[in-house]
Amino acid sequence: MIDIVKQALAFVVLGGMMASVLVLRDQGNPPAAQRVDSSEALKKYDFYLQEVSKDCGINFVHESTKNLDEKLQHILPIVAGMSAGVSVVDFDRDGWPDLFVVNSREGSQCHLYHNNHDGTFTDVAEKMGLADLNRAGTGICTGAVWGDYDNDGYEDVLIYKWGKPELFHNDKGKGFTRVTESAGDLPKWVNANSAIWVDFDCDGKLDLFIAGYWPSDLDLWHLPSSKVMPESFEYAKNGGRKYLLRNKGDGTFEDVTKEAGITSTRWTLATAAANLTGNRYPDLFLSNDYGVSELYANRDGKHFEEIGGPCRVGDTPKSGMCTAFGDIYNQGRFCIYVTNITEPGKLVQHNNLWVPGTEQMGEPTGYTNKADSIQVGSGGWSWGAQFGDLNNDGWLDLYLVNGYISADPKKDYWYDYSKIAGGHSIIISDAKNWPAIKDQSLSGFQQKCVWINRNREFVKFIDVAQAVGVTDQYDGRSVALVDLSNRGVLDVVVANQNGPLLIYKNTVKPDNQWVQFDLEGTASNRSAIGAEVELQWDGRKQIQVVSGGCGYASQNMRRLHFGLGPNPEVVQAVIRWPSGKTQYIKAPAVRTVHHIKEPS
Amino acid sequence: MSSSTQVASEPAVAAPPAVTHPGRPAWQRLLTFDNRYLAPILITLILFFANWFYGNLDNPDAPWMAWLTGGRITTFSPTFAAMLAAMATELVLSRAFRGKWPHLASAYISGISAGILVRGPLLWPFVLCAMISIASKYALRIGPRHLWNPTNFGMTVMLFLAGDAMATLSVQTGNSYWAPIVIWIAGALILGRLRRLHIPLAFAAAYFPLAYVRTLFTGDTYLAELAPLLSPMYQLYMCFMITDPPTTTRTVRSRCLVAVLVAVAETILRLNGDVHAPYHALFIVGPAANLVEIGVDACRKQAKLAMAVA
Repeated sequence: MIDIVKQALAFVVLGGMMASVLVLRDQGNPPAAQRVDSSEALKKYDFYLQEVSKDCGINFVHESTKNLDEKLQHILPIVAGMSAGVSVVDFDRDGWPDLFVVNSREGSQCHLYHNNHDGTFTDVAEKMGLADLNRAGTGICTGAVWGDYDNDGYEDVLIYKWGKPELFHNDKGKGFTRVTESAGDLPKWVNANSAIWVDFDCDGKLDLFIAGYWPSDLDLWHLPSSKVMPESFEYAKNGGRKYLLRNKGDGTFEDVTKEAGITSTRWTLATAAANLTGNRYPDLFLSNDYGVSELYANRDGKHFEEIGGPCRVGDTPKSGMCTAFGDIYNQGRFCIYVTNITEPGKLVQHNNLWVPGTEQMGEPTGYTNKADSIQVGSGGWSWGAQFGDLNNDGWLDLYLVNGYISADPKKDYWYDYSKIAGGHSIIISDAKNWPAIKDQSLSGFQQKCVWINRNREFVKFIDVAQAVGVTDQYDGRSVALVDLSNRGVLDVVVANQNGPLLIYKNTVKPDNQWVQFDLEGTASNRSAIGAEVELQWDGRKQIQVVSGGCGYASQNMRRLHFGLGPNPEVVQAVIRWPSGKTQYIKAPAVRTVHHIKEPS
Repeated sequence: MSSSTQVASEPAVAAPPAVTHPGRPAWQRLLTFDNRYLAPILITLILFFANWFYGNLDNPDAPWMAWLTGGRITTFSPTFAAMLAAMATELVLSRAFRGKWPHLASAYISGISAGILVRGPLLWPFVLCAMISIASKYALRIGPRHLWNPTNFGMTVMLFLAGDAMATLSVQTGNSYWAPIVIWIAGALILGRLRRLHIPLAFAAAYFPLAYVRTLFTGDTYLAELAPLLSPMYQLYMCFMITDPPTTTRTVRSRCLVAVLVAVAETILRLNGDVHAPYHALFIVGPAANLVEIGVDACRKQAKLAMAVA
């Protein structure tokens, strides 16, 4: 009898524990803010976003390739679902940002949307010679990055592809000349999802870094065999090689990858560069699919050393798909955001926010992943993300897009995916063993995340996407932040896989002030890529870097935008040029775009 | 865009009974290896080396830990927390319901299993999975036998109730041969001493033809259906979860039959797209087999009694 009573009590204890699970399960992340009207959003969050692509005259819908080798056809949506990209450029130097969008079906057109200064855009890609970039036999476009490689004042463009990368010279904003063949060691074929302009040796000439995803010797339209897939889901090293191409200053580039010590053959999906190790030379951060991230520390422009392991950013393998830098604490140091996969009950990788630890000789001794403690970890099947002060309150926010394959909402590929995931490399690496996806979805129809940086003392983010008007559920890939109408706010442009290009016009509480810096190098590269601006105001300091490409297949506007909050007292802006010069701008005026030329 | 959701598996063998040698002198008894420590030691070694080579364990940042330690420690180990929770629960429940201090080897294994298998950024799923696993041994039992493998029960309950807050193991120990081989060596050492090596062998023997049967329904390649069996995590499942001595049947023949039935149930669940098929298969078949054996034992006992009376 006593035993029965004891067992009944144990049963009550077990029931209590299970009840605790029910109570706790919804407390992991605070619920996202619910949809409210725009005035309420403005009041509560200081901004709201409105999708205006139609009003802008933009009706672009991305198309994926359909014609990859028949050995990949049964998993085509998985393989081909990563080729939407958008980049921002003022290609004609009229002071208004334009947009370049890649398309990825064979024969489809890319688009260069010229800003008409009135909220509308006109596609001038064909006129400029940048439309017809998906010709049969040349591969398909996956992204584009802009940089003035010959320092003539006009932004040139590298189109990276699963195929033959193309370099176009900007002819003073009047047109573009294809210079691929005369550019030296530009690779003949590279299956890349990421490339950036970076002056790695700080010699004043922009160099190129192109990161292969698939191995470069694969023509995905004519495969020798089906054994082309990653050898492991989390430890794969059979991806594409990388290319570091040094600008020789005569319009040609030389391949210095090997000499520079960059040996990675991981499946890189995103790359970005910034001075993370304190020696003024830009370091390279690679977010790798099927594996760990890599941090190539730039040793004085001479060579690179991979320090991902010692710095902890390369400890735990996940599915890196984006690299973004942001000084979210206003401490004058960059955090690194890397997106991964989260599907409740199936796979919980969570995104990483790497926060630098203490420094030794300027170099962080280690990074700590704080994504979950500040609540930017769980973002679905995450792709592109960008930091920017969306509400001009003086703290960087984070915009993230997600969703992989939105097909039949009632069918799910996750079981098939999990089946193949843990198998031996011989099985995984052979495409014929991957279950056919047919019309199944895979983490599709996901709600986007707009995380605003709210807590001033203990930085935490809250997701206000629905509340501020971001309600789309397309399969987002690429995000770019840009002040499209020179209003002192960051608008958002999103490129979706097999979906429309979205333009979210931002309306910000007018009390919140801002300042922008438009830099032009002289001793440094003219695009000023790699230059840092540290703005000091109201006891804070925020650092931003002029980027030659960041996020996923994207490039933000070249100008640096700082939100300041209401009634700011701006002390100074410190500009650290790649050449090594430091410039101080005392008390820069707010609500102003400051055009700063590097002092001679 | 990669992923790897590999379900299943857990090093959750309960500690075997101690081997005692009353006839030996004290110094010899001190040096005699206690079977109960074998499984914890080997599983700890597997975890240690897996993390060393592959970084399986991800220690999340914890502001509360930084606050508690004045910034000296900024992260927490959920695996360690699960182990502590399991052993603490075992201590409390054993004292409360059995009136004695327990040997903690079994709780250690359940805790380390929960710590490996639960994935997610939150602490409480690790802790509660470990606690539920242990509590199930005390609550869900018939006479001296508990019905479910503790960690199998804990994981199944957690995935059912808190699937939005956690997932099961996702980070793999590579996709090469060596990890399964190492696990099999460790498993063979333990299961050989326990005389249970036939269980994983029976399961594997059943899996091969069942994988072929699945291809007839799915149209996928045989290797695709075989893939889960070759993963390191499945070796842990086969060697340590379905072999748990307190929750397996008594005879070699019946254990082999149960292993085959688990594989059959897993195939049925897989054909229905169940990502957590291995957990669910054992969750269903394991206690059912135990109940049948308990029932048969009771009938035999009654028959013997009746015969004795007659």
